[in-house]
Amino acid sequence: MNWHGWSEFLAMGGYALYVWGSYAVTLVVLIGEIVALAMRRRGVIERLAKFYAARRRNHETEA
Amino acid sequence: MSKSRRFSWFVFSSPQSFYPLAGTLQPWFAALAFLLCAAGLYISFFVAPTDAQQGESYRIIFIHVPAAWMSMFLYLVMGFWSGVGLVLNTRLSSMLATALAPTGALFTFIALWTGALWGKPTWGTWWVWDARLTSELILLFLYIGFMALQAAIDDPRRADKAGAVLALVGVINIPIIYFSVQWWSTLHQGASVSMKSAPSMATTMLLGMLIMALGFWMYSIAAVLARVRCVILERERHTEWVMEEVGGQA
Repeated sequence: MNWHGWSEFLAMGGYALYVWGSYAVTLVVLIGEIVALAMRRRGVIERLAKFYAARRRNHETEA
Repeated sequence: MSKSRRFSWFVFSSPQSFYPLAGTLQPWFAALAFLLCAAGLYISFFVAPTDAQQGESYRIIFIHVPAAWMSMFLYLVMGFWSGVGLVLNTRLSSMLATALAPTGALFTFIALWTGALWGKPTWGTWWVWDARLTSELILLFLYIGFMALQAAIDDPRRADKAGAVLALVGVINIPIIYFSVQWWSTLHQGASVSMKSAPSMATTMLLGMLIMALGFWMYSIAAVLARVRCVILERERHTEWVMEEVGGQA
């Protein structure tokens, strides 16, 4: 594609809905997965820290 | 001890040694994915020429075909690790299978979604119940079924086994998807890239598609490594090393 300005680029020869609909959803899905993975990692670490803290308290009360 | 110890790759079959390795490799695959996708997108939009028949609508190919390839390839990898986990009873293999499923499902969804958006302007319809489209939809259901089955079983070892059986039975669907355009009459065009004949498309189009496919491949590796690290922490939480990793004290 030769560059003739943004409006022609965004129009995609009349197929803007289909082309940008494909690329936008792909981008949203992949970014969504990256964000979900980062949140999952943080969640796992927080949950495990609580789990170990609770287990430690239990040991202390037993002793 | 004088006996020399040879390095064995099998050390990485233990979650404890794989966890830091995955953490080291993951950013490199992520960076590669970013660079390859940036280069691939540049070629897809600015280097590859406009198609004589389809105009600009064909540019969907640069994500549609790589996503469809990844959807099938990731399923085969998931089936492979499921099988290894089932036969050898190795924990990490099953964890990898678990970590592969969501990324595979997302690429299957992307292949179906971009296919619908490409089908409308070229075929005049978003969807037809033909062999290629239907078998790809079944692939999405196989991924979702695998995840749902594993999530429904509390005991992780039993979840691994049940998931592995489902994954392995579902592998039969992959050749059906791949060869569907030859076996049945269909609206869907044949393979864009074949081992047997010269590609039926412009070199720059092919190049853009292959670079995007490599980019998606590296992305998948990065995503699966990040997810398997979460799975390892969750499932090995009763071990000392995870406790130290997370920062809890004994």
